[in-house]
Amino acid sequence: MSITLDIKLKRADKIYSEADIVSGILVIDTNSDFKHDGITLTMEGSVNLQISSKNVGIIEAFYNSVKPIQLLNVTCDVTQAPGRIPAGVTNIPFEIPLKPKPNRVLYETYHGVYVNISYSLRCDIKRSFLSKDLQKCQQFFVQYKPGSASCPQLPLKDNRKPVSFELSPKNLASGGSGAPDFLLRGHLDTVCCNISKPFKGQLTLVRCAAPVRSIELQLVRVETCGCAEGYAREATEIQNIQIGDGDIAQNIPILIYMVFPRLFTCPTLITTNFKIEFEVNIVVVFEDDHLITNNFPIILVRE
Amino acid sequence: MSSDLISWKTLNVNTKIKTSFSEAVQEHPLKNIVVTERIPRRILGSTPSTGRTTPVSTPSNISEPLANALKQLDPLTEFAMHEEMDPLSKIAAEMDLTDSCIRTVNEGNKKKDEKLFNKTDLWSYRRAAILQKYTTSEKLTMVISYLIEGEKVVVKAQSTAVDKVQHRLEQLDSFEEGSQRKLNLSQTEYISQIEELNKELIMVWNNEQRVKALKIAIQCAKMLTDTDVLIFYPSKFVLVTDILDCFGKLVYDRLRIKAEYYKPGSKVPTALPEDFTPDMVPSTAKETCLNWFYKIASIRELVPRLYIEMALLRSYYFISSSDCTEALFRLTKMIQGIGNPVVAVYARCYLCRVGLNVTIKDSNLTYLRENFDSFLESYQHIFRSVKGQLHKEKMSLSTYMTLYAPALDFIMETVTLHSPESTLNEILANCKRYSNSSLILNTIMSGFKPAYVSERCLQFLSMIGQCTDDGIPLSALLRTLGLCVSVSPPLKEHRAQILNSVYLNMNLLKNPSEYITCFEVWIQFVAKYFSTKEVDSLLGDFLYRMIKNEEQITYSVELQNIMDKIITNISDIESFLVMDHFFAVMDLFEDKSRLIEVSKVILCKYNATVHQTDDPVVTNVLMYLASNLHDSINMLTPEDEKRQISQILCKTIRIVNYGLDFDLQLDLYVEARHAFCILDTVIAELVKCVNNLAVSVRQVVKGYHTRKTADFVRACAAYCFITIPSINCTRTRLKLYLFSGQIALYNSCLGQADACFKAILSTISELPCSTDTDLFLPAFVRQFLSLLMVVPDNPERGVLSLIKSLLNTIRNFKWQTSSSVLGFFYVHVIDLLSVMAQEVYPYHVDKVESNDSLWGSDPKFIDEINNMIAVVIGEILFLLQDLGPCQKQYQIAMELFVRFAVRADLRVKELNGLALKLWNLCIKSNYPDIKYMATTKTYLKNKSLTCDNEELQRLAEKMSLLQK
Repeated sequence: MSITLDIKLKRADKIYSEADIVSGILVIDTNSDFKHDGITLTMEGSVNLQISSKNVGIIEAFYNSVKPIQLLNVTCDVTQAPGRIPAGVTNIPFEIPLKPKPNRVLYETYHGVYVNISYSLRCDIKRSFLSKDLQKCQQFFVQYKPGSASCPQLPLKDNRKPVSFELSPKNLASGGSGAPDFLLRGHLDTVCCNISKPFKGQLTLVRCAAPVRSIELQLVRVETCGCAEGYAREATEIQNIQIGDGDIAQNIPILIYMVFPRLFTCPTLITTNFKIEFEVNIVVVFEDDHLITNNFPIILVRE
Repeated sequence: MSSDLISWKTLNVNTKIKTSFSEAVQEHPLKNIVVTERIPRRILGSTPSTGRTTPVSTPSNISEPLANALKQLDPLTEFAMHEEMDPLSKIAAEMDLTDSCIRTVNEGNKKKDEKLFNKTDLWSYRRAAILQKYTTSEKLTMVISYLIEGEKVVVKAQSTAVDKVQHRLEQLDSFEEGSQRKLNLSQTEYISQIEELNKELIMVWNNEQRVKALKIAIQCAKMLTDTDVLIFYPSKFVLVTDILDCFGKLVYDRLRIKAEYYKPGSKVPTALPEDFTPDMVPSTAKETCLNWFYKIASIRELVPRLYIEMALLRSYYFISSSDCTEALFRLTKMIQGIGNPVVAVYARCYLCRVGLNVTIKDSNLTYLRENFDSFLESYQHIFRSVKGQLHKEKMSLSTYMTLYAPALDFIMETVTLHSPESTLNEILANCKRYSNSSLILNTIMSGFKPAYVSERCLQFLSMIGQCTDDGIPLSALLRTLGLCVSVSPPLKEHRAQILNSVYLNMNLLKNPSEYITCFEVWIQFVAKYFSTKEVDSLLGDFLYRMIKNEEQITYSVELQNIMDKIITNISDIESFLVMDHFFAVMDLFEDKSRLIEVSKVILCKYNATVHQTDDPVVTNVLMYLASNLHDSINMLTPEDEKRQISQILCKTIRIVNYGLDFDLQLDLYVEARHAFCILDTVIAELVKCVNNLAVSVRQVVKGYHTRKTADFVRACAAYCFITIPSINCTRTRLKLYLFSGQIALYNSCLGQADACFKAILSTISELPCSTDTDLFLPAFVRQFLSLLMVVPDNPERGVLSLIKSLLNTIRNFKWQTSSSVLGFFYVHVIDLLSVMAQEVYPYHVDKVESNDSLWGSDPKFIDEINNMIAVVIGEILFLLQDLGPCQKQYQIAMELFVRFAVRADLRVKELNGLALKLWNLCIKSNYPDIKYMATTKTYLKNKSLTCDNEELQRLAEKMSLLQK
């Protein structure tokens, strides 16, 4: 006897916004009929915070563990009473409105190192003690609805001017020791970026005494966990994209172009308990492994 | 003569009173032959006569495993494919590449519309040329992390248990990521490794391991970052992009097929049609496609990311119709991030190639131009960045520059195909801004329409002169320009100036091989548009260079090309042959086979253009060329080649005509006989020519030979008589003897004619016994017999000695088939003899007295003839007996009967009786042609009435048509 349980969502991309109705079907495929003691469907959403091992010593004084913050928990019974499922494929449609718990906001789905925001649907089929219960989990994604008043976006939309920058040994933090003589000019279209649009800009190597090996764009997340008592701030790399390979031609503009990865980014989020922020580093690596980094904090929004 | 011979008496036709008896026929003799059932005839032209059945292989990306297995080459082909090319074909491939570029562009005008939709063609011929040209013997490195498991299992299948465990462990290791191995491979191994990767990719894809497939594709694209062995890079590019194309197609096809599309009004999901629009694509397919693009956007390294995106460009159509074009422009900009100029230019090449394949009609094609301009902008960068690497690889800058050519030419070609003339002007102006760089100049010249280039030939020449960098060598630039000029003529008023300028430039070339490659192209231009004088002086210059050249390199190939080009383009071939440097240039050929080829080409061209010449100098050159050809023949020469050469020589011999200078003409023939003694056909031709000459002489003197002309025609006859025996073929000899004999007779050279006829008699016995001979000989003998009638008897050898010896020869000849042929022969002899018994022969040779006037119907002579006829009839009767009742017997008997009825004097009772017997034999035979016999009877009856021949009339009455 084999039973498979599946949750199929109506939307192919599985992306929902607050107040949407999550709809889909439960699919039970069995080759012989079986008894059950009730079927329930649970929709959950939570923020999981994890403390970096580096900081665990400090934090431990205050908390042993950081509790997950539950944003959403709805349970509904598909059938309360025990019953039978006939052999063959049984489709049970469902519809659940996506509403946060009181006093909570539905943040966007995000998978980070120390902060995870995830949403899922879970279906349980209870059965008698002789046979195992069946369970199936299905993740779905939450995104802010652009223009909706309820989304917790930051009021940073006015800062849309291009940001230009210039790099040379003079304006290095280290004072330019060890760096060859070079001049790098460029601009970013904006540092307040729409998450669904690529990150764009352009840079030009005006002059350079030593050959360049690589020019890279590093996308970094800065996650802060904690509360008023103390916090842990961790910056980790999401991705590193090469935009210039080898000894690039001088005085020819190079396109800065990066697509924000889907799961690992979300609109910049600042709450009392945690923060998710992003930064972009422009990294120039010279042939002699000398490395120059220019950091740009960026703000991601969904529009 | 035995006593049972019948006594024959020939009927003497009274020519004075004879009114020619003729009878209207009811049926045309040929009417029976009309074929009622027509057999469909195969037209020769419809079948390929070359027998080339090898299909042209086209690169195809097949994803099915079965087809993939089929794709595997047999070891031989594989070897042939990987075999390093010899330098010659390499050069040829290189030339083809440049030449065909020009050609395509030229055709491009006409076929522009066609071209637009046949874009892959543009690339495919380049592809092969690149693979041929850019090869290496150095070791190549390849970093691989996905080894081919299947292969390893096969290799180690027979090893010991310990090995097996180890092998299993290794295999497990290799599955882990990051276990990269750096391999040192030869070119062949490298290619097969790439091939393996391709197979692996398809296999993995079919096993639903998409991520792994993507990883392999990335791995491949990564190889293009590495320019370790520069000279191999273009080939590597071709191989790798093939895999990428395949990958792109796999992704696209799968997305298309997996996308469940509901046709309007239909409930059954089907795959998307080929020409779908984005709004037809279901959201699941869009999602999958987006995932692909998110995935590739996160590829860390620039070059693989660009290449993979380019490979997948087509899939953008699942998302929206504008994304693809946007991506093309974005990628164009992003390529600027590639530091290595070679890598960058090939990436651009791939972009243009893929771009052409994915863009639909009316889409924006300016990215092509943008790619070219971007290259121009970064041009100076090339020189800054590569010095170090070139030094390391010991490569010269000019060789390095040629690496750019295939990619750049392709980009240029796409630009020119899709843009108006004005764009070209802009590009040219742009090029000037970048200080007339040689590489770009070269690309422009090979990429633009030749007509455009040659119109501005002078401008280009001055730009070439101003070239500041040392990229593409001067010779290559001149060569490219020369190719353009030879395809499309420059303005008339500029031509002289162009020639001067090119001449000056060519003098700057120090290296003889550079000089010769330039010369090769430009001589075509000179030959086409200038007189032989210029060609001659250029060749003189060329000779001076070649003789001065101390290096012991021979340039036979180039020399041959040069000659070929001159010959095809020159208008006045005769003056070319007699120019000062002709022989000196021919002497330069060290490779005899090429000399022969060139001689052949010259002669062919000469034969085709000139119809007659009387210039002894030209003739001398022709004889030299012809003997070159003739001397090339040896035991191993194929028949066909011999035939071809013979034809050329015959044609040439016929062209030389000194008109009334007969002596000179005969001298030429004597010389030719000496020079071309091997070729039967040529010798035969010479004999015919000499006979022809003899006839012309006779025509000039109108038959009245002076002593001098008589001597001359005798010399001609002697020439024929001594030339003929050297011919191998017996039949040809026979025919020529007969022909020469006729001509000798015509010229009243009786002795010579007689000699010829005697030669015929002795030659007949040399004929081989075969069915062919049985067909040939009777026809030949009939011809001979009709000639013999007018040949006067040789007083030294008695009456009719020639005919008697002929009779003996034929009788003793070993016939292949039955003796029936002999029977017919005898019948014809009867014909001849009975005509010879007439008082006046029906035809004569002018100025030759035949037997009729020699003997004046002397009774002895007539008796002799009658006796001979009697003997012959005896032979025939004997033959008939020998044959027994059969169709042949009937035929011979019937023929004989007709002779009796027409030729014999039927008043002799014996003859009359015999005739009737023959008739009865015929009618009783098993195979009588009653219709024919009835017609014969009617004919004879009518004839007897007209001629007042009572005997014949009686005979006709007695002839019964009743069978048994």
